[in-house]
Amino acid sequence: MTTDTLTRLTPDTVTEADLTAFIYREARLLDELAYEDWLKLYAQDAHYWMPAEWQQTDPRLQASLMYEDMLLLRIRVERLAGARTFSQKPKSRSQHLLQAPQVDEMNPAANLFRTWTSFHYVETRGDEKEFFAGWAKHEIRVEEGALKIALKRVDLLNFDAPFGNIQLFM
Amino acid sequence: MSKYASNPDAIRALVHPEEVHRDVYTSPEVFALEMKHLFANTWVYVGHASQIPEKGDYITTEIGDQPVLVVRHTDMSVHVLYNRCPHKGVKIASEACGNTGKFFRCPYHAWSFRTNGNLLAIPLKKGYENTGLENTDAVKGLAPVANVKIYREFIFARLNDTGESFEAFFGDSLSSIDNMIDRSPEGKLVLEGAPLRYMHNCNWKMLVENQTDTCHPMVAHESSAGTAVSVWEKEQAKGGPKPMAVEVYAPFMAPYEFFEGMGIRVWPHGHGHTGVTTSIHADYSAVPGYFDQMVEAYGEERARAILGENRHNTVYFPHIMIKGPIQTMRVFRPLAADRTLVESYTFRLVGAPDMLFERTLMYNRLINAPTSIVGHDDLEVYERAQKGLASDALEWVNVQRLYEPGERHDVTETANGTSERQMRNQFAAWVHYMTLDMAEPARVEAAE
Repeated sequence: MTTDTLTRLTPDTVTEADLTAFIYREARLLDELAYEDWLKLYAQDAHYWMPAEWQQTDPRLQASLMYEDMLLLRIRVERLAGARTFSQKPKSRSQHLLQAPQVDEMNPAANLFRTWTSFHYVETRGDEKEFFAGWAKHEIRVEEGALKIALKRVDLLNFDAPFGNIQLFM
Repeated sequence: MSKYASNPDAIRALVHPEEVHRDVYTSPEVFALEMKHLFANTWVYVGHASQIPEKGDYITTEIGDQPVLVVRHTDMSVHVLYNRCPHKGVKIASEACGNTGKFFRCPYHAWSFRTNGNLLAIPLKKGYENTGLENTDAVKGLAPVANVKIYREFIFARLNDTGESFEAFFGDSLSSIDNMIDRSPEGKLVLEGAPLRYMHNCNWKMLVENQTDTCHPMVAHESSAGTAVSVWEKEQAKGGPKPMAVEVYAPFMAPYEFFEGMGIRVWPHGHGHTGVTTSIHADYSAVPGYFDQMVEAYGEERARAILGENRHNTVYFPHIMIKGPIQTMRVFRPLAADRTLVESYTFRLVGAPDMLFERTLMYNRLINAPTSIVGHDDLEVYERAQKGLASDALEWVNVQRLYEPGERHDVTETANGTSERQMRNQFAAWVHYMTLDMAEPARVEAAE
């Protein structure tokens, strides 16, 4: 996926290797704080979902920690760089440790690909360091020759724990 | 070294009419006394009856630092019991909620108790014959919290017998709970789902004070709500309706004039609310079908009166806040002088369109979750305040805004919306309930 601009994918040509490389690339962009490039991995109608219940099925009428469309994700990204974002003085940083992503569904006819990735995630700010563990499920499709995330669902192992600020993206 | 215990004068000296001593926020001894006196002398919210609809249903919670369980007995009555086995002290129920069936059973020695707390059985009971067990407190079962009041399904309890009746303690402030419930066409709320839980490394009273602080949103939340507005302004060129999320975020950036005009009402015993005339919840889009349902249920005039009430934050002293117009409740659970767990609950209006509950859930996650950017702004300033109060530069915290000498705390009155009057109202109640059952010093007798 380092040759993004040269790659012209179609649903029929997507390989499992393309999908796993894409998942690793997403995590790396987050760890490099390259949020503008990270947002470009998402489709315009995409959602980022972090449930607040075990095996939750409904993001609309059940409580979630996050259920955000691209407008809300863009607000988060712009806020991180804001001059008066006091909770980012000093700034937070993140590190993802991913288990090899597993491809759960290859469905080129529907232009739908699903992956499942177990992760450890560390977010740090100032002298504090917080550790999280969980599973990320991606729904991915091909748009204009490139892979795009339609839905990223992040299930935290301890979604019901009392957390302090979680400021970045898992 | 004890500076404040059994010393009501020292407690009283911590609060001036227009300023508060930093020990109120930072002293572990003051915190311990809050647990012993303040939370024991006040009517404390312990749960909602909709959480325990069936016989044997229970929830576990705390009154101050005292673990209690709230349970539905076999005759459908609600009991609040200390969550402590009378044998060796083991906590009987450890989960946040559940159903215990017909009895509680201690996991250590299997002493069992009816759901009203009465001792049901002890294994190998003959080992207690002729030991005098029947004369002990252990045989009485799970100790009850004697003072329990259920007001329209909101369950409150008070540990001590000291102080006002429930009705006198809350008085007219119950109108905020009434309004939240009346927003259901069936006059019924259901507390739905587990709360969002948010850990704050600061004193619990900073959070309570902030509920009626209207001079911080446009400063602290420029980062979150301000960014939301600026991003949306760029998006607007593309057309389309204003998203629900922008309706939720944008009012936090309302100017000072808006907050001045919306007003603050104070009630006796430390309760009060912002949003007397209008609030940040006033301009949400209409939900299709909802108003017609309300008119059918209540008649048009009453429906308009219910929905025209736009209270922003109602503080029930000492430690909960409800938002009637968006059906959320926050409970500020004190864990230590510098540590507070915030639990944010959502209510569904029974019979109302799903879209209202969708907005309630959205509000809760956009404003009250550990992943909420608005919450990040607030927590940052609370934690900076907790650290800053270590400074010896000044010992006093100022709550003087729009203070008028002779201000009373035993009346219902309204004030300018940017007044810090409700904070002063809370601290007057704080002194009262901290010292209510505190022994007066011996010098009183000596003077006679």
